[in-house]
Amino acid sequence: MTVTTIGAAQVHVDAEGFLTEYGEWNEDLGSQLAAQIGIELTDAHWRVIRFLREDYAEQGETATLRRVSTQAGIPVKELFALFPGKPAKKMAYVAGLPKPVGCVLSVAGPSRSSERTARRGGIR
Amino acid sequence: MTSTQAGTAIIPDFGDGASAGRKLAVICSKGNLDMAYPGLILANAALGEGVEVHLFFTFWGFDMITKSRMRDLKFTMLGNTATHMPQGLGGLPGMTAVATHQMRKQIRDVGVPDVPEFLDQIVDSGGHLWACRLSADMMQLDENDLYDPVEGVISAGDFIDKTEGAQLLFI
Repeated sequence: MTVTTIGAAQVHVDAEGFLTEYGEWNEDLGSQLAAQIGIELTDAHWRVIRFLREDYAEQGETATLRRVSTQAGIPVKELFALFPGKPAKKMAYVAGLPKPVGCVLSVAGPSRSSERTARRGGIR
Repeated sequence: MTSTQAGTAIIPDFGDGASAGRKLAVICSKGNLDMAYPGLILANAALGEGVEVHLFFTFWGFDMITKSRMRDLKFTMLGNTATHMPQGLGGLPGMTAVATHQMRKQIRDVGVPDVPEFLDQIVDSGGHLWACRLSADMMQLDENDLYDPVEGVISAGDFIDKTEGAQLLFI
């Protein structure tokens, strides 16, 4: 586990630089993470990021593009415009969450994902 | 948990430099429900990774983009030993409908969309759809019969031209 400094904050990150501790993130940090990958956050970005944060807290895994489009009603086209190139990974990075693991949608139905959260000792 | 201090901030490599220009060509030649998905899932995954994707629909794969058929692809147990059911069962009247219904349910249960909706998502993600000229002529179909976002009915040669340098998947 690596500790890195982003702005004034010390945060835990994985080998690629994704935050590993849900609780270490805040919106200031989100802006700084976005700036590091060349994205200036607008209200439209924040809508996506706040959805990702809330959804992760409930589901225990990072929403895929499809989940953001179907659950938050933000079209896939817009996600590609807001986070160009690799939208799912960039969104997760800025929101301080792990990369999404699902191929299309998070594979978990409600029951399976809550089991997964429990196994992991819940959201910290 | 031991922590090591990183000297400089670690920033993920989103491949904006190195892998830019990567291309994937997917040739969809099957019209069965189960064989429609591999190409769609891989195309969708590649688009999410910033890869330029072109799909070419040919022969039975034409059903995936033909308006009158794309919502009605079927799955049959016949000739598919991987269902691990007696082959004779698959030939009984109504069995294909039952198997199709079951597969649609399984696909829905893992949150994967129907073929038309999946194509919508691929197009929204920047994917390009092409129809095979020979198949269109053979089946006597034209642009009006095809799913609207299909960009054109082109020859195999044109497709090869458009996908120069691409990695290729034949499904």
